[in-house]
Amino acid sequence: MTTSSNFLSNLALAIILFPLLGCLIAGFFGKKIGQRGAHWVTTLMVGASFFLSIYLVKLVVFDNLTFNGAIYTWGSSGNFVFDVGFLIDRLSALMMLTVTFVSFLVHIYSIGYMKGDPGYQRFFSYISLFTFAMLMLVSANNFMQLYFGWEGVGLVSYLLIGFWYKKNSANEGGLKAFLINRVGDLGFILGIGAILAFFGSVDYATVFSQAPALAASNAMVNIYPHIHWSAITVICLLLFIGAMGKSAQMPLHVWLPESMEGPTPISALIHAATMVTAGVYMVARMSPLFELSPVSLSVILIIGGTSALFTGILALVQNDIKRVVAYSTLSQLGYMMAALGASAFSAGIFHLFTHACFKALLFLAAGSVIIGMHHEQDMRKMGNLRKYMPITYVTFLIGALALCAIPPFAGFYSKDTIIDAVHLSTVFGGTYAYYCVLIGTFVTALYTFRAFFMTFHTEERMDQHTRETIKESSAVVWIPLLVLAVPSIILGWVLEGPMLENLFGNAIYTASQYDTLSTIASDFHGSWAMMLHAVFTLPFWLAIAGVFCAWFAYVCRPQLPAVLAQRFSTLYTVLVHKYGFDEFNNWFFVKGGIRFANWLFRVGDIKILDDLMVNGSGRVVAWLSAAARKLQTGYLYHYVLAMVLGVLVFGVWYS
Amino acid sequence: MSFTLSQLIPAIPEVFVTIMIAVTILVSLFLGEKHRNATFYLTQATLLICTLLTVNIFHHQTQIAFHNSFIVDHMACILKVFVYAMTFLSLLYAQPYLRGTELGAGEFYILTLFVVLGMMVLISAYSFITLFIGLELFSLPLYAMIAMQRTAVTAEAAMKYFVLGSSASAFLLFGMSMVYGATGALTIPDIQNAVLLHSPTIAILGLIFILAAVAFKLGAAPFHMWIPDVYEGAPLPVTLILASATKIAAFVLAIRLLVNALPLLTNQWQHMLIFVAILSMLIGNLVAIVQTNIRRMLAYSSIAQMGYMLLGLVSGIGVGFGAAMFYIIVYAIMSLGAFGVLMLISRTGFEVHSINDLRGLNRRNPWLAFMMLLVMFSMAGIPPSAGFFAKIAVLVALVHVHLVWLAALALIFAIIGAYYYLCVVKVMYFEEPEETSLIEINGLGKQLGISVNCLMVLVLGILPTGLFQLCQAAFVGG
Repeated sequence: MTTSSNFLSNLALAIILFPLLGCLIAGFFGKKIGQRGAHWVTTLMVGASFFLSIYLVKLVVFDNLTFNGAIYTWGSSGNFVFDVGFLIDRLSALMMLTVTFVSFLVHIYSIGYMKGDPGYQRFFSYISLFTFAMLMLVSANNFMQLYFGWEGVGLVSYLLIGFWYKKNSANEGGLKAFLINRVGDLGFILGIGAILAFFGSVDYATVFSQAPALAASNAMVNIYPHIHWSAITVICLLLFIGAMGKSAQMPLHVWLPESMEGPTPISALIHAATMVTAGVYMVARMSPLFELSPVSLSVILIIGGTSALFTGILALVQNDIKRVVAYSTLSQLGYMMAALGASAFSAGIFHLFTHACFKALLFLAAGSVIIGMHHEQDMRKMGNLRKYMPITYVTFLIGALALCAIPPFAGFYSKDTIIDAVHLSTVFGGTYAYYCVLIGTFVTALYTFRAFFMTFHTEERMDQHTRETIKESSAVVWIPLLVLAVPSIILGWVLEGPMLENLFGNAIYTASQYDTLSTIASDFHGSWAMMLHAVFTLPFWLAIAGVFCAWFAYVCRPQLPAVLAQRFSTLYTVLVHKYGFDEFNNWFFVKGGIRFANWLFRVGDIKILDDLMVNGSGRVVAWLSAAARKLQTGYLYHYVLAMVLGVLVFGVWYS
Repeated sequence: MSFTLSQLIPAIPEVFVTIMIAVTILVSLFLGEKHRNATFYLTQATLLICTLLTVNIFHHQTQIAFHNSFIVDHMACILKVFVYAMTFLSLLYAQPYLRGTELGAGEFYILTLFVVLGMMVLISAYSFITLFIGLELFSLPLYAMIAMQRTAVTAEAAMKYFVLGSSASAFLLFGMSMVYGATGALTIPDIQNAVLLHSPTIAILGLIFILAAVAFKLGAAPFHMWIPDVYEGAPLPVTLILASATKIAAFVLAIRLLVNALPLLTNQWQHMLIFVAILSMLIGNLVAIVQTNIRRMLAYSSIAQMGYMLLGLVSGIGVGFGAAMFYIIVYAIMSLGAFGVLMLISRTGFEVHSINDLRGLNRRNPWLAFMMLLVMFSMAGIPPSAGFFAKIAVLVALVHVHLVWLAALALIFAIIGAYYYLCVVKVMYFEEPEETSLIEINGLGKQLGISVNCLMVLVLGILPTGLFQLCQAAFVGG
């Protein structure tokens, strides 16, 4: 047993360190090894990680091995010990596989997409660094390492959004992502602090084993005088704030659309498949904590449901192909969160996996379109691309069908399970969330196929020069598309059964009173049956209706959307302004912050600090100095007098 | 009570210096102009051999000789070694300057040896009589050394120092006689163990006069007035010794008279020292700010630094005394470094006076500028210099005895003080020199000396443990 767990930890270490090695080589020796060297070394390293991850999953899922332990003590302070350690179980092993899989494909894809970019080596170094940080995040066995990975992916995300740093919008987007993640991370670090305060440890196993006792003891946190909150709820809500930032849940979602300023492979890897799902992963990992706090489950459910529906609606008015996919990511993240709130943690993670595949596929396909259109992203200038880019067309369609939850594609299984689970949820807000996710399926189908039709069907709206040069992208671009299309089709069909039957083992804990998935599992008679049953369910028909509406409005009657926009101009304005979140943030936080800072500068800095304290004390000292130096007259008898006076003072004082 | 030769063993270094003084006088008398350097080398050799002798008797336990009037303990040995080292370096820096003036004759070195002998006697003194003899033995040659160069300025400085120093000696004698009256004892262990015969008033009155003399020798306010005038007026070679070695001797005076002799009156001298320390830090730091003459600035800074050192004594505990001892050693090193740089920049006919003389030193001699920077940072108490560590140690001792307010006050003064130290750095690095010619130091010995001297400030800041533990061992459980 010890040898096998040793082997497991070494295997995990190898998986994690390979991308770091690639990052360092490409980062520090990029000039020496050249562009080819950079993409070869990083791709090979991540590839090695990917194949080792397959083996790891085999060991963990099929041979039932697990590992939980420290491999290095990073630091200790008093009674607190901070380790670098791994928790390798079914959840983290599958996450590692997903991360390395998507990352590997994105590496290959980037060889084509980034061709000729001046920051080529830097780019490959960054994405390898990202892979390393994300693997550290998912493999952690304690909160400190989780936080390390969490901040690491945040940093690389910032670097990559602003990758084209000469573009002002890219810099602004990166800054926005960074700042909004600060808000979430503040909650997260406070949550970790609260955990350290209440449990005295940041180790998962210790915390989870003591959590029921803490919940039972009704420990309270005194936030304001006379307002007492249950400790476990405070911890969970703080952690969830972190998840909201990272997984872009309302109202902290505003950074994700801006993140599309980065290169498209990044949007696929970081802002769709992996990093933004870190919040979902974290909440699922903390399921033993969240299950103890019905309040936080309700909050997650309501925020998840809201995000699922309302960010989806926003995608309807976007014309930038990447932004449509970005908003759909927000919406799908909302689905995952709603699943977590309904205690269907496995379903949430399941959707994470399928979403990683089909969303990466959609992004990469969108990227392929963008390459073909010479970096034009506006769908109003596309149309009928299926004639020029058949492979992209087919793979985009597969991704779209998976996203719209049309059986038998992957998204159908995961999303349908989520909708059922939310329907069954008994915590407060369940009904509201159910209607959100239900209507969400219609909206999803509508915006997805709106983008699909506008891009690949309808008449050609691009200019003459572009039209003549459009061609299918090169093999390094379309091979990843084909590879991703496979799991987008079959992954749901394959995994639905195992997922309901405890795919994640002990990694996820569900309290019996919230166990929605077991109800679903008891009604489950195989993937075929579920698929056939779909035609009798509401979500299926809503999705079909969405596809139909999109076809009707954008292919049959292309003038209809404009008419609708005019007729419902208020609603349209609200949507175009994205419910005004950006305006509010801009007015309140940015402008308000600047005004407040100005006030502090004028009053606090100049008047109080500079005039009163710095210059004031300086003036006092200068005045005193001038006075004191007058004592030094240079006359001998004055000096003697001073000595005698000194003695006299002591004498009078003590006698 | 018969005298045996073995009783002389603790005093071997003193005996040796005395012999060497006689030898040096004879040698300088019979050597011609050509061999003037011989006295310099003889003096330096004497100091080196003294170091060996002193280190040699350091291994023994505390020894008391000559009927309780002479002591060789840890503190004495350590501080004597530093006195030799300070004097050695002072002469090393001063030698080329001395060669060009009338000071260059053998007398200067002989008088220096007398000063060293006086300090040695003072450091090892264990009764009022030997203390006073040591004090006068090192003070009188200094008056003469200041006056050797016959100019109006030096004469004024020598006169002031002589008159004020004599007053201080009178205070000391008066105070000692009162303590004698109160206790009936002259040796320190007897005074320590004496039950006060009459009311303590007489003893306290004696304490006041003794403390005034001690403060005078340290140059602490309000008995500090001579310091700026003498530092400025005296020839630089004398200032070097005044600003480094004699501070160590004055520290011993304080320890022997206050800590060793009068533990019964600890409360009283603690209170007086608080007053003296605060006043020193206040006057020293404030007046240093407005100085344009670097020697006066360093003089006021020394007043302030003595204030910090006294805080260690104020704490009244062994840890604090050890911290104060560490502080005085570090201060002596820093002060010697600062004046040493000034000495090396000065040439015959040109002595550094104004801070502006250091303008653009970085261009003219980057290494010297860097050495001065280290010393200034250390004096300001910026980590990782020794000055930082010394201040911390003193403040920690204060916090130990719950004098947090005093520690906080000292910190505020330290912040004010940082200003004028950093000003020197600013002038050296960021201002244009008036003259652009390079300054060269002739002689490997001087370069090595100033480098070791100033780098010590850094080394003792990074690795203070060795010396600090030696200092602590002299007071705690020693």
